[in-house]
Amino acid sequence: MNITKNKAFVIVLPLLLCCLFYSSVHATVIKVGNDKTYKTIKEALQQANPGDTIIISKGIYKEGNIVINKPICIIGEDYPVLDAEFKTEVLSVKSSNVVIKYLQIQNSGRSAMVDEAAIKVYDENNIIIEGNKLINNFFGVHLQYASHCIVKNNFIKASQKEEYESANGIHCWKSDSLQIIGNTIYGHRDGIYFEFVKNSVIWRNISQNNLRYGLHFMFSNKNAYITNYFSNNGAGVAVMFSKEVVMMNNTFEENWGDAAYGVLFKELSDCYLSGNKFLRNTTGVFFEGANRVTVENNTFIGNGWGLRLQASCMDNKIERNNFIGNTFDAATNGFLTLNYFNENYWDKYEGYDLNKDGVGDIPFRPLSLFSVIVEKNPPAMLLYRSFMITLLDKSEKILPSLTPENFIDNNPRMKPYTL
Amino acid sequence: MIRILKYVALDILKNKIVIAYTIMLALFSWSAFGLEDNESKGILTVLNIVLLTVPLVSILFSTIYIYNSNEFVELLVSNPVKRSMVWKALFTGLSISMVAAYWIGVGIPLLIYANFATAIMMLLAGSLLSVIFVSVAFLCSTLTRDKAKGIGISIMLWLYFALLFDGLVLFLFFQFADYPIEKVVVLLSALSPVDLSRILILLRLDVSAMMGYTGAVFQQYFGSSWGLLVSFGLLCLWVFVPFYISLRKFKRKDL
Repeated sequence: MNITKNKAFVIVLPLLLCCLFYSSVHATVIKVGNDKTYKTIKEALQQANPGDTIIISKGIYKEGNIVINKPICIIGEDYPVLDAEFKTEVLSVKSSNVVIKYLQIQNSGRSAMVDEAAIKVYDENNIIIEGNKLINNFFGVHLQYASHCIVKNNFIKASQKEEYESANGIHCWKSDSLQIIGNTIYGHRDGIYFEFVKNSVIWRNISQNNLRYGLHFMFSNKNAYITNYFSNNGAGVAVMFSKEVVMMNNTFEENWGDAAYGVLFKELSDCYLSGNKFLRNTTGVFFEGANRVTVENNTFIGNGWGLRLQASCMDNKIERNNFIGNTFDAATNGFLTLNYFNENYWDKYEGYDLNKDGVGDIPFRPLSLFSVIVEKNPPAMLLYRSFMITLLDKSEKILPSLTPENFIDNNPRMKPYTL
Repeated sequence: MIRILKYVALDILKNKIVIAYTIMLALFSWSAFGLEDNESKGILTVLNIVLLTVPLVSILFSTIYIYNSNEFVELLVSNPVKRSMVWKALFTGLSISMVAAYWIGVGIPLLIYANFATAIMMLLAGSLLSVIFVSVAFLCSTLTRDKAKGIGISIMLWLYFALLFDGLVLFLFFQFADYPIEKVVVLLSALSPVDLSRILILLRLDVSAMMGYTGAVFQQYFGSSWGLLVSFGLLCLWVFVPFYISLRKFKRKDL
C-alpha cells in the first residue's frame, strides 16, 4: 500500500511540476522583420504582453525613439540595425525587468539638454543589456536611478573629435548594484562614467582612445573595478571624491600628456589599489588630497613619473610594488611627507644586502633631487641625464638637503617581486 | 688628397692609441650591457660614455696629434700640394679614425642590445660628436703655437661643453624661473653640441616623461622630423664652422 502510494507520488510530482512551469511559460515569441507578422519594432511592442520575447530579424529599422514600457525581452538576429539618424534617443527603457540583446544601435541624437543615448534606462531595476553594438552615438548606455542592472559584452564606439560634441560610453548616475562586464569602448568622451553609484563592479572592460577619461568616478563609494584595460585615453583614469573603491589587476598603458595619468586620485579615501600594471604613462598614479589609500603589489614600468604624491596626501601606504625603468620613481611638491613606503623594489636602488635576507641594508630615497627641481621648474627637464645633474643627484642621495627627510623606503627589496 | 689621407691614416694606426681607445670603448659598452640587468640602464651608461669620453678623447688626441705632425705638415707644404688639401686630409683622417673607433667600440654592442631606432640615434649623435670635437681641436691648435697652451685650451673647451654649460643653463633656469623661458632654452641648447645630442637621445629614452607639459614643447621642437633635421643641421654646422675658421687661419699661417 505504502509502496504504491509512493509510486503514484513519483509519477504525479513531475507532472505537477511540468504544469507549474508550463503555466509560467505562456509567454509568446513575437517576430519582427520584413517578411514577418510585424514590420516595425513599435507595432510589436504595442502588441506584446509583459514577459514576451521580441525577436528582430536582420535589417535596418529607422523608427526614431522606441519606448520600452513593459517587462520584455528584445533579441536581435544577426545584429539588426536601429538607426536614429542623429535625431532622437534610440531605446528608452521605462520598465523594469527588460532584456536587450544583440542589437546594433547607431547614430543617436546629440542633445546635451536631454542626454540622448543609444540605450537609456529611466529609474528602473533588473535590466540586462548584453552583446550589443552601439556605434556612433552620443551616450552609449545611460543608466539613471537604475539598480541591479547588467551591462555585458557590448561593443561601444564613437568617432567624435571634440569633447563637447561627445558623451560617455557607459554613463551611470545615481545607481546601485550594477555590473559592467566585458565591454569594449572606443572614442567616447569618458569610457565609463560613474556618478553617485554604489555597490557596483566594473570587470574585464577595455576602454581605449577615449577623448577624456577611460574611467571616471565621481562621488561613487564602495565600488570595485577589476581586470580592466585602459590605454591611450586623453587623460587616463580619474577616481575622484569617492571612498572605499577597490582597484585590482587593471592595466593602465600609454596615457601621455601633461594632464594625463595612469590613475588620478583626487579627494579619495580608504581605497585599495593592488596588482595593477602601469606601463609607459607620463604619470603612473597622481595623488591629490588622497588619504588612507593602500597601494600594494603594483608594477610601474617605463613611466615618466611612477608616483606623484602631492603634499595634500596623508597616511597612504605604498608597499611591495615594483618600480622598473621609470624616469622618476616618485615626486612630490612639498617638504612634509605623511605617507609610508615600505618593502618596494626600486631598480634605481644602489645599496647592498650583507645578511642576504633579500632586503637592502641601507634605506632608499625614491625622490631624486632632480625630480624636486623639475617639480618647481618644469623646463629644467631639458637638462636631465646631463653629467652635472647626475653629480648633484649623487651628492643629494648621500646628504639630503633639498629633498624631504622622511620620503624614504627603509626596507627596499633587492630583487623584483614576481607579480 | 687621397694619398695624403693614406699617410695620415697609416700614421694614426701606427700610433696604436686609437686602437687602444677602440678597445676601451668596446670594454666599457660590452660590460655596461652585460652587467646591468636591464637594457635601459646599459644605454644610460653608454650615453655617459658618448657625452663625456668621446668628446674628451677626440679633442685631446686630435690636438696633440696636430701639434706633433707639425713637421710632417711642413714637409708636405714644401711639396706642390695645396695647403687646404693638407689640412683637409689631416682632418678627414682624424675624423674617420675617431668615428671608426666609436662604431666598432660602441656601435656593435648598441646595435645588438638596444632598440634599433635608439641605437641609430646614439650612433649618429656619437659620430657627429667625435667629428665636432676633432674640428674644435683643429681650431684650438691654430689659435696658438704653444703646444701646452693649445692642449690647455682644448681641455678648457671640453670642460665647458661637457660640464659647465649645463650648470650655467641650470643657473639660468633658477634665475628666470618666473618667466616662460622654454623657447629661449631650446635656442640656448643649440649652443652646445653635447647638450644638443643629449636632448636628441633623451627624447627617445625618456619618452614618457618628455610628454609632460614642457617636454611637449621640446618634443615639438626636437621630436618632429623637421626638428630632427634642424638639430642635425646644427650639429653639422658645429663640424663645419670651427674647421672652416681653422682652415682660413692655417692658409695664412707662417709655418
